Amino acid sequence: MDFLRPATWREALEAKAAHPDATPIAGGTDVMVEINFDRRRPDVLLDLTRVPELTTWSETDGVLRIGAGVPYARLIDELGDRLPGLAIASRTVGSPQIRNRGTLGGNLGSASPAGDAHPPLLASDARIEVESVRGTRTVPVAEFFTGVKRNALAEDELIAAVHVAPASGPQQFSKVGTRNAMVIAVCTFAIALHPEQQRVGTGLGSAAPTPRRARDAEEFLSAELDWAGRRPLAESVAQRFGELVAQASSPIDDVRGTADYRRHALAVMARRTLSWVWEEHRSGRQECA
Amino acid sequence: MRLRFTVNGQPHEADDVWEGESLLYVLRERLGLPGSKNACEQGECGSCTVYLDGVPVCACLVAAGQAEGREVRTVEGLADGERLDPVQEAFVEAGAVQCGFCTPGLLVQTHDLLARRPRPSDAEIREALAGNLCRCTGYEKIMDAVRLAAQRTAEART
Repeated sequence: MDFLRPATWREALEAKAAHPDATPIAGGTDVMVEINFDRRRPDVLLDLTRVPELTTWSETDGVLRIGAGVPYARLIDELGDRLPGLAIASRTVGSPQIRNRGTLGGNLGSASPAGDAHPPLLASDARIEVESVRGTRTVPVAEFFTGVKRNALAEDELIAAVHVAPASGPQQFSKVGTRNAMVIAVCTFAIALHPEQQRVGTGLGSAAPTPRRARDAEEFLSAELDWAGRRPLAESVAQRFGELVAQASSPIDDVRGTADYRRHALAVMARRTLSWVWEEHRSGRQECA
Repeated sequence: MRLRFTVNGQPHEADDVWEGESLLYVLRERLGLPGSKNACEQGECGSCTVYLDGVPVCACLVAAGQAEGREVRTVEGLADGERLDPVQEAFVEAGAVQCGFCTPGLLVQTHDLLARRPRPSDAEIREALAGNLCRCTGYEKIMDAVRLAAQRTAEART
């Protein structure tokens, strides 16, 4: 096994170009489990933890650019006020030790249907910046996941950063698991209100071959909500929203839960998180923050 | 590959390290530091928690090569010579050790918690230790130990 240790982003891209089969490793919270259990034996490991460009974030013209190597612990501490949905999801990842190591880029690279960061990124229309020695491109996160643990990366590309606007309205995230820590999601749901566009964003996880948006549910709810008058939510609207979210899923039966349970839980989480964000919008707390 | 890094303040070198092996394996099998325990090898149990450049991590999930040039502090590095760290003393006094397998990880994780939050609430303690599993008996004595260590540390500072 070769172990490559690029010291700069440029070196990392050149290494990936020279070794397209190299497995990138950042926090190691996925890759090392596979190696420890002999499920995978990469010929080349490409260590990205020494690339300083990956561990910073910045805000330009109202858009955050978060380096792929920023760990969950820092997303929570440093960006929790700007990206509350992503921060809530990040708090449900593993344990403190895992959140110290696991990165946003690693979550996207693994592209697990159960990745906790994916639903809030979908609800906020994030874009994924990927790069190779050939150049840079950005991919809408909804197009980034192409199958179970598959993503839109070409073999010479690496994930550079995530672009996402700071929250303009309330955001929530909900996850079903057997306990509060150290669980892979049975299913997850994220919602973001975008009041300036009178639009709702959603993301669901662990309920389809890829994380995905519930587009019909978004359109329905965006049209039904009384954005300006901020009237209370009608129970029938919440009910229908939950049904549409459940319909957007295509879950399977597996060791963590049944498809029926996942559809049921998604509808419950959708109604519940909607009630939270709508109450927050009505009280106007977020807009004043 | 040859690996050079600092462990508990001392420079160390290991030869013939396989690129895919974990930092935990290097510590235990190559450097003879068996304090960090090997249980789950998937970051679930916290028994192998060590500081890597001052941040608590599961050593089983760090590739050996990622530790090159870095500073590692293991449970063996908490005591000051013969004098136990206040966290270690508190675990002994509170009876928070049964089989002892989870203890090294709990000590390192508690040590970090108290460095960041000298007077943690019970909820904060539970959250900080959520990734450290004890299979002997439960967590009440461990909670007692962390509270005791926090109290001692705070008293020592005043």
